[in-house]
Amino acid sequence: MEERPFSDISYEQYLREGKLMGSRCRKCGALFVPPRSICIACYSSDMEWVEMKGKGRLHAFTCITVAPPFMMEQGYDRKHPYCSGVVDLEEGVKVDARIDGVDATKPEDITIGMPLQVKFLHWGEGESQQTYLAFQPV
Amino acid sequence: MQRKRKLGRGVAVVGAGMSKFGMFRDKDSKDLFAEAFREMLESVDKGFDPNDIDALYLGNFTNDFFIHQAHWGPIISDLIGLAPKPATRTEGACASSALAFREGVFAIASGFYDIVLVGGVEEMSKRTTEEVAEGLALAEVPYEARVGFTFPGVFGALATAYFKKYGANREHLMNVTIKSHSNAPLNPKAQFPFSIKDMMNMKVEGAKKKGKPVPSWDDEKGFLRDPGANPVVAWPMHLYDCCPISDGGACMLLVGEEIAKNFSDDPLYIVGIGQGSGKGLHAAADLTTMEATKNAADEAYGMSGLKPEDIQFSEVHDCFSIAELIHIEDLGFFKPGQGYKAVEEGLTRRDGPMPINTSGGLKCKGHPVGATGIGQLFEVWKQLRGEAGERQVPKKDLRIGAAHNLGGTGGTCTFTILERR
Repeated sequence: MEERPFSDISYEQYLREGKLMGSRCRKCGALFVPPRSICIACYSSDMEWVEMKGKGRLHAFTCITVAPPFMMEQGYDRKHPYCSGVVDLEEGVKVDARIDGVDATKPEDITIGMPLQVKFLHWGEGESQQTYLAFQPV
Repeated sequence: MQRKRKLGRGVAVVGAGMSKFGMFRDKDSKDLFAEAFREMLESVDKGFDPNDIDALYLGNFTNDFFIHQAHWGPIISDLIGLAPKPATRTEGACASSALAFREGVFAIASGFYDIVLVGGVEEMSKRTTEEVAEGLALAEVPYEARVGFTFPGVFGALATAYFKKYGANREHLMNVTIKSHSNAPLNPKAQFPFSIKDMMNMKVEGAKKKGKPVPSWDDEKGFLRDPGANPVVAWPMHLYDCCPISDGGACMLLVGEEIAKNFSDDPLYIVGIGQGSGKGLHAAADLTTMEATKNAADEAYGMSGLKPEDIQFSEVHDCFSIAELIHIEDLGFFKPGQGYKAVEEGLTRRDGPMPINTSGGLKCKGHPVGATGIGQLFEVWKQLRGEAGERQVPKKDLRIGAAHNLGGTGGTCTFTILERR
């Protein structure tokens, strides 16, 4: 695997390429998603990139009605809420993600523990295009 | 095992002041701090010369964003005639002024200063709700903001984790809101000095005046279940689970313990002071607890030699209803998973065994974020000195009170224990 710095910038680049990547400490095996360049378990800096399989379960979530301006630009508002959540990955770590493919107006129907599959949401065109980590029900 | 913490020199609070909290079109940060400062001057029992203040520590989170003005240390220093003496701004999101308090304590404990003013100020109401949400999200962990989490959204997610783990539900959050609102009418400085029943009556009267259909509810919970009265903000956080957008200022005068009686007949002593930091949602092992709060509590209890059961009442950071439940457990007042039951049983009422947020809490008193930490300690000051009026905790021999302040989504937490001797 190519050598990219273990940084948030690299993490975002990988998301744009459709990959959910973390860093693993070669010395003690600790896994971090998003990546860390310093292992906070053993303080080694000997890290390697690992791609996540993209499978997980919903750990916690919210359906947001009062959206920040950047989400309003994407069409969300008080009448069109969206879901954000925390996902337990199969690999044993958690990530923050948008939860897509659920009805955010019916949060009662969204269940913690439901199986999820990774999805990459793209917004905008060209250089200013943004990619957001998302998960959707299997 | 942590070394037992102690101050190199004892520190006491000898004066305190707080502006009214609310949304003020006609007052700015300077006006609000001046209001608090004037009250602080009058509160020093034996009087003192403000020219004797050695330094100022001032908490402010993000007036930079809210009103496009940063660098508040010297602005407030000039306002109160302190310049050219040192003024330092502290930033710890919603715990900014608790950090100012801490820095002031350490400055005196080190022996460098004798008399220090600590305070906080924030001016939020001149922005729309969405803009304030964006401003507060500056204190989130970047990965949270990136995927659309707002502040209420993060606490909404915590609530779903708490519900799942302990079998609690929205009705239990409503108990927190109803309890806080029952204290608020007794606090003249509160932004919403109304009980839920008062709010219901106001809605009915408003509808009558406008000739609209008059709503009716069976009881407070019926009102809180009604999406027309209590709309969702970030499910399961509804409007009445969330603290308001507020403006306000607060300050306290700290002095070396050995000179405290020169200022006050009834100083309060800092017996425990703790702080912690946290990692954010994705990195937390358990979303039903906050490691920053636990670390702050460990430091403060360790320094004081006190146990949770020794604390007679506490202000607890209730930016959202779920936060109060999580923190009363993390601070050791109730066992994990028992907080919601304790509130349901009335144990945290003002006349209960463990009064929480007698001020009405952030929910009703208001939450001008940079002023909140010292605003909470102001309530402890009032209660311990027996000056809380109608909302005075009805316990005999009130001696030990505490305040817990949280910044961000658990990134910064503090816990401070004050004693009246």
